[in-house]
Amino acid sequence: MKFQQIDQFAAELRADTRAAVYDGSKKGHEKRTKLLFDEYPDPNRLRVLAGQVKQHVIENLDTYLPAVEAKLKANGVIVHWAATADAANETVLKIMRARGATKMVKAKTMVSEETELAHFLEKHGMEALETDLGEFIVQIDHDHPSHIVKPIIHKNRREIATSFEKNGLGAYNDDPQTITRRARQFLRHKYLEADVGLTGGNFISAESGRLVLVTNEGNSRFCLAATKCHIAMVGIEKIVPRDRDLALLLNLLARSGTAQDLTVYTEFISGPKSATQPDGPEEMHVILVDNGRTEVLASDCRDILRCIRCGACLNVCPVYRQASGHAYRSVYPGPVGAVLSPLLMGDRFKEKADLPKASSLCGACQEVCPVNIPIPDLLLRLRDKGKQEGLSSPGTPPMGAWALLASQPLAWKASLIGGRLMNYLPTKLVPVPALRAWEAKRTLPPWRGGEFRKWLHNRPTKP
Amino acid sequence: MSDDREAILGRVRSALAPLTERAPLPAYDTEIAVLRKLLANRDPLAVFADRLRGVNGTALTDIPALVKYLRDGKWLHGYCDPALWPRLASHFGPDFQVETEYDRTRVDDYAFGITRAAGGIAELGTVILKDGSTSRRLAALTPWVHVAVFSRAELFVDLPQAIAALGDDPNIIWCTGPSKTADVEGILIEGVHGPGVQIALVLD
Repeated sequence: MKFQQIDQFAAELRADTRAAVYDGSKKGHEKRTKLLFDEYPDPNRLRVLAGQVKQHVIENLDTYLPAVEAKLKANGVIVHWAATADAANETVLKIMRARGATKMVKAKTMVSEETELAHFLEKHGMEALETDLGEFIVQIDHDHPSHIVKPIIHKNRREIATSFEKNGLGAYNDDPQTITRRARQFLRHKYLEADVGLTGGNFISAESGRLVLVTNEGNSRFCLAATKCHIAMVGIEKIVPRDRDLALLLNLLARSGTAQDLTVYTEFISGPKSATQPDGPEEMHVILVDNGRTEVLASDCRDILRCIRCGACLNVCPVYRQASGHAYRSVYPGPVGAVLSPLLMGDRFKEKADLPKASSLCGACQEVCPVNIPIPDLLLRLRDKGKQEGLSSPGTPPMGAWALLASQPLAWKASLIGGRLMNYLPTKLVPVPALRAWEAKRTLPPWRGGEFRKWLHNRPTKP
Repeated sequence: MSDDREAILGRVRSALAPLTERAPLPAYDTEIAVLRKLLANRDPLAVFADRLRGVNGTALTDIPALVKYLRDGKWLHGYCDPALWPRLASHFGPDFQVETEYDRTRVDDYAFGITRAAGGIAELGTVILKDGSTSRRLAALTPWVHVAVFSRAELFVDLPQAIAALGDDPNIIWCTGPSKTADVEGILIEGVHGPGVQIALVLD
């Protein structure tokens, strides 16, 4: 029996991993909802508004991008453009080589996950160390993050303690506080040795050229306090029109992502350090990265570019909770990933064309989205695109027989009787193999076919 | 790369060309994002102290209270911004060892760092550090205890106010409570890379 890849992955997932992902995401979602509705009379107004602001930006990138570039330059920032992942990585390497640098400390950035920057730099003889605790653990484990905000939601403390021991970070100890202290001690000296600090960017204001970074651990701040060169890799869609729009977006980002009123560290950077400040970068680079975003912009799914990477849609998604992030085989998992990941593949769309099907279309992802992205609609558009391109879909029953039944009244009536029999038929005796496979993973409600016809015939007629 | 610039902007323009209309920038008042209920009819400093406590930070309003706090925690060796030290020195006893120069080769020696903050935000319990007034970025980050010193008049009521006052400093950081993570099994641990204890000393 052949299932869709994501179903197969979910079926084989270890029970403790599933439990960790389920609990972590459910708790995150519940805290978020409570916080937003306790604090605001109508939090929906905020997210609808934030969605309009971001939609305005992406539909006017042709003017906002040059505006941002001009502001950054005026602030003393060196601006680079990278059309592809390779171009972005090469740009970083070139900056490092020009400085004679060999050591980089890295804050968490999703775009550098897209380009696999750390691997690339290591291949070229550079040290590129992840400093976010979760990303650091992923790096020493040669693993991949499984959530955009909580990268190791799929790991338990015993696995982490084992890999710390293996990597010379002390004898086995699975106390989360001890794990954190050991990472603190190890990493602080790495920051101080490094020459380059790399970050992403949560927002860039077109009005002031301010780059806004949010973290809780303080690792991006450490990168920017200890090193002499700051490189920020930023997706071209991260722009906000004005500084005042940050009031809206910062309030929503922290509450949606981690159920905090505000992230612990919210940093506004508009250039190299000031002359009187002894610590921090004397040189600042911003790399504006496309890597497939302009193709998304050209598609009918451009709304996904509003995304501010909070992870709320992952936490609420019934499919994500059961399947975990790695099931999506992509940097971006969950509902946002099911839309964005296939689109970012460009002409290799078909490799991930199954992801938009990994949804019950329940609509919860749009309800929690801080920028109100119509994710269910976009998923349908991508399913349609897959169908139009004739892509096959293992595990889906053929619809030819259905089409025949639905267009022949007599055959339909006969099938209603057959349908009733299905209530009593054990799954393994279902005669159609594809249907059998489908049913093995899902429970159908009891068949009640024919009720509508009965109602239609017996309804009171108009006087 | 300048080729990439032209390529990206070209693709952006052609992606947007078919749009017959573009989404307008909505007009709105940032007031809708403010927790006005929380702030109404209250002294902003009292709200600030409550909110900072809510994220496991501490607001103090006099120097002796700070000295006692540090002594009780056995944090006796630290750094102080040389511009602040003359005002604080007489309150610190001989049991303290306070340096007014920060040496980055001895990061682990400093149990506390006292630096000037540019202000605070009552709505969120946030302290605002600016490059222009922070004597050393590292001294406000690496010690276990960070003490941010600002005056009551520098307290903003809400977040939009603080945004409007960002000004032209090239590096501004808002710190809302101690450094923290919940990466390991969702369990809250404080003091990851930055301070495990965040104090705001608000003076008149």
